[in-house]
Amino acid sequence: MADVITYREAVAEGIAREMRRDASVVCLGEDIGAAGGVFKTTTGLLTEFGPERVWDTPISEQAIVGAAMGAAMTGMRPVAEIMFSDFLACCWDYLANEIPKVRYMTGGQVTVPLVVRTANGGGLGFGAQHSQATENWALTVPGLKIAAPATPADVIGMMAAAIRSEDPVVFFEHKALLATKGPPPPPGHVVELGRAAVVREGADVTLVALASMVPLALKAADVLSGEGIEAEVVDLRCLVPLDAATVLASLRGTSRLVTVEENPYQGGWGATVVSIVADEGFGLLDAPVRRVAGECVPLPFADALEEQVIPTVEKVVAAVRSLAAY
Amino acid sequence: MTDATGLLARYERMAVIRRTEKAAHDLFLRGLVKGTTHLAAGQEAIAVGASAALRPDDYVFATYRGHHHALARGATPEECLAELMSRATGLCRAKGGSMHLTKAATGMLGSYAIVGSHLPMAVGAAWSARLRGTEQLAVAFFGDGATNIGAFHESLNLAAVWKLPVLFVCENNLYMEYTPIADVTAVPRPAADRAPAHGIPGEVVDGNDVEAVEEAVGRLARRARAGEGPAVLEAETYRHFGHSRADPAAYRPAEEVERWVKHDPLDLARGRLAERGVAEETVTGADERARALVERAVEAARAAEGPDPREALTDVWADGGAAWRT
Repeated sequence: MADVITYREAVAEGIAREMRRDASVVCLGEDIGAAGGVFKTTTGLLTEFGPERVWDTPISEQAIVGAAMGAAMTGMRPVAEIMFSDFLACCWDYLANEIPKVRYMTGGQVTVPLVVRTANGGGLGFGAQHSQATENWALTVPGLKIAAPATPADVIGMMAAAIRSEDPVVFFEHKALLATKGPPPPPGHVVELGRAAVVREGADVTLVALASMVPLALKAADVLSGEGIEAEVVDLRCLVPLDAATVLASLRGTSRLVTVEENPYQGGWGATVVSIVADEGFGLLDAPVRRVAGECVPLPFADALEEQVIPTVEKVVAAVRSLAAY
Repeated sequence: MTDATGLLARYERMAVIRRTEKAAHDLFLRGLVKGTTHLAAGQEAIAVGASAALRPDDYVFATYRGHHHALARGATPEECLAELMSRATGLCRAKGGSMHLTKAATGMLGSYAIVGSHLPMAVGAAWSARLRGTEQLAVAFFGDGATNIGAFHESLNLAAVWKLPVLFVCENNLYMEYTPIADVTAVPRPAADRAPAHGIPGEVVDGNDVEAVEEAVGRLARRARAGEGPAVLEAETYRHFGHSRADPAAYRPAEEVERWVKHDPLDLARGRLAERGVAEETVTGADERARALVERAVEAARAAEGPDPREALTDVWADGGAAWRT
C-alpha cells in the first residue's frame, strides 16, 4: 500500500477490509457500484466483491435504510450509503423511530447492527440542501451511535469498529476532508468508538472539535502559538458514545474550554459537552466557555457568505483570545 | 383446500385470537391495560391463513394492529396479555406494549406503529434471505392506509427490481383509521391496483376466508421462493371494533356493519366444518379449549409481577445498557 492514503480512499479501504473479513458485510446505496459513489468513496468495491455484495439502489432513502434495517435484523451487516447527510431527513423515520428503538421496545430480542454512511458538511459550495452539518440531528436520538472521523487512519479504524458494532452507527464522512491525506493504518487497525484523541497538547486552552473542525482547530492553535497561547486540541471522533472523560482531563490542565462545531449553535453537540463540563467540571474552569458553531441559518451558496456562517480559523482564534484575556 | 382436521386447527387458532382480543378489550375497560389497543377481531383469517401457508422460519412484520399476527406466529395469549398489562412476563418484558408485540424466536420480527414503516424492513429481510441462500420468505402485513405513504411505493419498487422473496399482504378493512379509504385513495383496490405499476402481481382475496387466504399466500409464496419475485395480496376484511380504544366507530353505516358481521371469519369456517361433516360438538370442543386457554392466560398474566424499574435503563445497546458516555 502507498505510504499516504486520502480520506476518500480510506472510506472504501475501511469498508473493503471488513468485507474481506466478514461475508455478512454488504453495501447498498445510490450510485455506489459501477459509479463508485458520487464522492468516489466506494470505488473498487463492486469490482472486488461483485454485485451480490455491492447493491445499487433506486433513489429511495426510506427503502435503502429500511431494507438495511431488515437485513441487519436477520443476520447481515449492511453498510448503507445516504449520499448527502441532508438526505437523512428523507429517511428520518428509520433513524429516529425504527432503528434506534427496536432493541429497546422488543425487550432486547432484536438487534440492528448496521452502518449508515453519509457525506456531511459544508465548504464545497453545494448550497443549502447539500451542505449542512447534521450530526446534531442524530445526537437527539437515543439509540444511535455517531462516528465522525477526521483523518484517513481514523476513517479506517472507526469504520472497522462501526461495522463490527452490534449497535447501529451513523457514520459521518466530511466532504471537506475527502481529499486530505494521511498515513494508512496497519492491517487490523480498529479505533474503538467513544475514544477521543488529544491531537495537540497545550496548557492554556482546550479546543474540542470534530471532523473537519479538527484541522481547523489545529490551524487556529498554530496561530495562537505564535501569540504565546498553547491550545490543546481534542478530536472527539464520536458523539455517541461521548468521551467526556478526555475533555474533563484536558480541562484539568488548561482550565479554559472552546468547542468548535460546524453544526448550528442551536442544538449543537457543543452544548452537550459544555453542559457536562458545567455539571461535572465547573471547578476546573477559570473562564467562561465559548462555543464556536455554525450560525442558525441554512447554508448559503457563495464562499463569502458561507464563511460568515460556519466556523473559521479567525473565529476560533478570536474566541480563544477572549478567554485568554479573561 | 385443507382437510377437516387442518381446518379445525385453523378455526381453533382463530377462536384463540378472537378470545384474546375480547379479553384485551375487557381488561382495558377494567383499567388493567393502559395506553391503547388496536384490536383485530374480525381479521383473524388473514393472520391464521397466511401463517398456515408459511414456513416456521419465515419472517413476519406487522403493524400496531398486530395481536393476531403475533398469536398466529407462535406467541401465547399469556405472553401477549402480560405485555398489554405491563408485566415482566410480557413478550417484550413490558417495554413494547400492544403496538409492538414481537417474538423474534418464531420469526415474528415485530409490530411497527409508524404506518407503513415496516414494509422496507420486510424487503430487507427478504434481501438477507436471498444473500444467505435460505429460501426464507418475508411477509409484511399492513392496512389499507399504509398504501398511501412513500415507503409503500419505495418498497414495492425495490422488491420488484431486486426480485426479492417478499409478500405484501394488505388487510383492507375499508377504513384508514376513521376515514373511509375510498375517500382518500383514487383507485378502488389501494394495494392490488397499484402493484402492477411496480411490475408486481396484485391479487385480491376474501380476507375473512381462512382457506382462501392460505391458498393465495401459499401460491404466491411458492412463486417468490422460486425466484419469481414479490407479490401484493389485498385481503378484504372488516374490524369489529373501532380503529383504537378511543374510537366507537360511529361513522360506519349500520348496514355495512351488519353485512360484514354476517361474513365473520369464524362463522364462515364453522359453516365449512359442518359441510365437511365435522360434528358440532367437535367444533364446540375447539371453542371450549380456546376459552379455557385465554381464561388461564388472563389469570396468569394478572398474577405476574411488574417489571423491575431498573429495566428502564437496559436494552438500548447490545451490551444491555443505556450509557451514552464512555
